[in-house]
Amino acid sequence: MSLPRSSLAHLPAADGPGPDRAGQPLLGCRVRAGFPSPADDHLDVELDLHAHVVRRPASTYFVRAEGDSMLGDGIHDGDLLVVDRSLEPLPGRVVIIAVDGEPTVKRLARRGNGLVLEASNPRFAPIPLAGRECQVWGVVTHVLHALPGATP
Amino acid sequence: MIALVDSNNFYVSCERVFAPRLEGRAVGVLSNNDGCVVARSEELKALGVAMGMPAHQIPASMRRRATLLSSNYALYGDMSRRVNQVLGDFSPDVEAYSIDESFVGLEGHEPDDLEAWGRRLRATVLRDTGLPTCVGLGPTRVLAKTANRVAKRMPGLGGVCRLEAEASETRRVLEALQVHELWGIARRSAERLALQDIHTAWQLRQADPKQIRRTFSVVLERIVWELRGRPAIPLEDLAEPRQRIMVSRSFGRLTGELADLRAAIRQHGARAAEKLRRQGSLACAVLVFVRSDPHRLDERQYRNSQVVALSGPSGDTRELLAAAGRALSAIFLEGVRYQKCGVMLLDLVDAEHHQLSLLRESDGAERRRGGQLMATLDRLNGRMGRDTVRFGLPGERAAWALRCEHLSSRYTTRWDELMRVKAR
Repeated sequence: MSLPRSSLAHLPAADGPGPDRAGQPLLGCRVRAGFPSPADDHLDVELDLHAHVVRRPASTYFVRAEGDSMLGDGIHDGDLLVVDRSLEPLPGRVVIIAVDGEPTVKRLARRGNGLVLEASNPRFAPIPLAGRECQVWGVVTHVLHALPGATP
Repeated sequence: MIALVDSNNFYVSCERVFAPRLEGRAVGVLSNNDGCVVARSEELKALGVAMGMPAHQIPASMRRRATLLSSNYALYGDMSRRVNQVLGDFSPDVEAYSIDESFVGLEGHEPDDLEAWGRRLRATVLRDTGLPTCVGLGPTRVLAKTANRVAKRMPGLGGVCRLEAEASETRRVLEALQVHELWGIARRSAERLALQDIHTAWQLRQADPKQIRRTFSVVLERIVWELRGRPAIPLEDLAEPRQRIMVSRSFGRLTGELADLRAAIRQHGARAAEKLRRQGSLACAVLVFVRSDPHRLDERQYRNSQVVALSGPSGDTRELLAAAGRALSAIFLEGVRYQKCGVMLLDLVDAEHHQLSLLRESDGAERRRGGQLMATLDRLNGRMGRDTVRFGLPGERAAWALRCEHLSSRYTTRWDELMRVKAR
């Protein structure tokens, strides 16, 4: 049930995800005349939260959490989750996993010889994976939680 | 070497990524306005539902065992873009041939172990998008396509097949392949070939190219060369009538001007529409793609595509260009210098079949008038020369009102339609 991690030849990602994400770094070279100044090795530009959170656009998806079994990880009902399918579902990571065909968010953990899905809310019991139809979908990398009253 | 990467049952696979419960079930995708079946899962094929079957003709007993969905082009377009993005990690030479098929060129950077490379590519696409693919490897497009077909039909190969021009394996495959099953060979040509005692792809390969050209066409001669391992067919000339139409060209020099792109898309779109009508088909959706020059590392790199669904199957240049114009506006990025753009017409259905169902519809009369206008247009351009009468590329237009009763969520393009994951 684990997804293979393949070793990619890391060419720069040639694809921009779209014009609305134009701020993300694109491949390019700068031709410079004169002596390079150490000061402008790094040009400060506007911080791009999307590029910061979405490391691999082709494999990154946004999903919506339903329920409060993962409160301990800061995942509230209705929160937006950033999911990267290219990451390996290692024990300890919070994953999206289809359990009997239903997409579920839980923490993957080792218990004895087997794997279980743990909630991070004591009211929910762990789900053993043995004997269930399970397919890891991706690894949750970030949670976006809108605070009540603060959004217009 | 060239690789042809093709997603298996693409539309159905996209739906399954975001609705895992559909795995193992019979699933079909219907054309716009829920007309006829344009994609089938293996399980639906096994039930005996044919491609293009009108939805209302599917017996109730079958319907109960199947999940029929409206076509969700927003989702398919985005997943197609993601697949090509992943392929871009493996080679700069990625040429989309359809929404679910791309050629990956390996010239100048061929890996030592091609099959292992193919398996890695396949595993990466599956990991990043959830979509199963098959990879065909060959020295020419026709052999790569044939290898892809073998990979699809023989599960034991693990989704990757390589056909070298001079390998005995290639001979066995070509001997077992009827010419009409070959890419780009129409049924009529196959019948005429049979009269010359050419029945299999291998027999065609052994034929004298000059004679094939004299008796048949340059196109068929090129297929002979490609079967022998010598590249002879540019991507633009690959014909697969009745399934898809693509018109694309590279610009003479890079351009960053929206006006240039609009002019090119207008021309490609009009040409594609002519081809569509000539073969008696209607299209359900239009895909537009643009890209920079992947070999110019000093240029800003960009590649994108967008699919726009039509309000119903259409062969009307005006509707097709309106859709193409909207698609281009959505992906045009200022500051990029473009090398190539193109238009694809997707999910072609038979015009005559469709006419009958139009008689029942309220907008049938207007559509028939549109058909007459298009016929006049084609006659004029045929007689007086290409582009005698032509359309401008319309700008933004109101979204189409589609009837999509079984539309799945637009999981990757709408904030309010994201996949829901259970934390209960």
